[in-house]
Amino acid sequence: MISRRNALIGAGALTLSGCDSVTRSPSVRKILTLGEKATLTGQRLVTDRNALAPEFTRADLSPRFRVNGNSTASSADYAAHAASNFTDWKLEVGGKVARPLSLSLAQLRAAPQRTQITRHDCVEGWSAIAEWTGVPLALILRQAQIMPSAQYIVFHCADDFSGVPYYESIDMIDALHPQTILAHIMNGQPLPIGNGAPIRLRVERALGYKQAKYVMRIEAVETLSGIHGGGGGFWEDRSGYQWFAGI
Amino acid sequence: MDAIASPVTLQDSSGNTEDLVYRTALPVRIWHWINAITIFVMLMSGATIFNAHPRLYWGKFGANYDHAWLVIGKRGAEGFVRLGEFEIVTTGFLGLTPYSSKAIPPLLTIPGYYSLAEGRQWHFFFAWVLMLSLVSFVVYSIFSRHLSRDLVLSSEERKLSHLWHDIKEHARLRFPTGAAARAYNPLQKIAYLGVIFVLIPLVILTGMTMSPTLNAAFPWLLDLFGGRQSARSIHFLCATGFCAFILIHLLMVLLAGPCNELRSILTGWYRLPKPRKDSL
Repeated sequence: MISRRNALIGAGALTLSGCDSVTRSPSVRKILTLGEKATLTGQRLVTDRNALAPEFTRADLSPRFRVNGNSTASSADYAAHAASNFTDWKLEVGGKVARPLSLSLAQLRAAPQRTQITRHDCVEGWSAIAEWTGVPLALILRQAQIMPSAQYIVFHCADDFSGVPYYESIDMIDALHPQTILAHIMNGQPLPIGNGAPIRLRVERALGYKQAKYVMRIEAVETLSGIHGGGGGFWEDRSGYQWFAGI
Repeated sequence: MDAIASPVTLQDSSGNTEDLVYRTALPVRIWHWINAITIFVMLMSGATIFNAHPRLYWGKFGANYDHAWLVIGKRGAEGFVRLGEFEIVTTGFLGLTPYSSKAIPPLLTIPGYYSLAEGRQWHFFFAWVLMLSLVSFVVYSIFSRHLSRDLVLSSEERKLSHLWHDIKEHARLRFPTGAAARAYNPLQKIAYLGVIFVLIPLVILTGMTMSPTLNAAFPWLLDLFGGRQSARSIHFLCATGFCAFILIHLLMVLLAGPCNELRSILTGWYRLPKPRKDSL
């Protein structure tokens, strides 16, 4: 006779495997992505393209800002740049631009700056507040004479996860947003290596995985297909995180 | 279609009269089931998202180095839940089970394995279902008068003495019978109104408050809830509220007669319970 306990375990296992076949079904997954499309469309509809993310005061700063993801980039090239305080390092700006740029950290520091105290929201659920100073991305893209055909800006990074390089991408609405900056100062100090030295992206209306660290090269593109896995970012490719990280 | 129609008197072979009333209109039944499925998916996919960082904070920010008012975690071979300074060992249930070392075990999560990305897909798809079905239901309830006729408490029911009487009757598990059972009772109405007009709107608004894009569109939401991490805590408390509602709701269905209650929410037809023999 089947004991009640075994029957319960059996029923549980059956339910679980049933649930698994639902959650792993490709057609179910396809339907679920409709939610992501609705969220992107809905959020863009109610959010003015220049609406600012909330800014805070120094009294609101997190006492300690958590370092997440990679805490350094492991390439020899990066180590050499870090050892020389990024004096010979250059940010490359290319792709669909009329005037490709190669900018040194000194040039970035000499450009007009924006300082903002904003909240960093990890997809996991935690938040930390810090002050960031950097060059508005819109300024750099205008300097490079970005072409009207460009639809996305891709950020190629120096760090990797088991050899797979990190990268991220945003659309032109976020790229030209006044708070979207390439930050090289955090809480009044040069950006620490743990937080993405020499520069990291701050795109303040999106979750943490969009805030690419160790940015080496910026590429303006018409489409994201053909770039790495085609998902528009490392976590998008690897784990299926939503490309639109507005929630 | 009236939610509460006049009783139809049927006579069965033994000569007993039974009062079947059409109590639950089709749109109410449809919403009930869409909402029931949606709430379960939201709770279980929400549990997956919670597992990514099973710590809750008050205020504008909160991460590992900051003080958490609620932590579900594991220490060595022990699972624990810490509420403020108070900690209980929950090995086998929360924090650590033989099958997982996540805060909430996979039996209670969607998907049934840990994937934050998939949990979020489910959560944000059904968030739309939750919101759109609530709006449709509220609009229907206002125009069909389901709200004013069946849900809002009458002036008599709003009296404290009446409510106190209803609480005492519930505590004794004595539910209305005969014609009095045609309408929802006051505590039932309060529970339903609480879910429809407090719990679901609150869980949607605190969910929206966690969105960095919507923070730019509606910054007042952050002020309303006292910051993103406070909103996240309230969101979790709402989820706890849903769990409590579901438990009591199912318990009441069992106590009031599961077959009759199920028929009513499936077909709309409800058999008025016969007066108790011991009733005065």
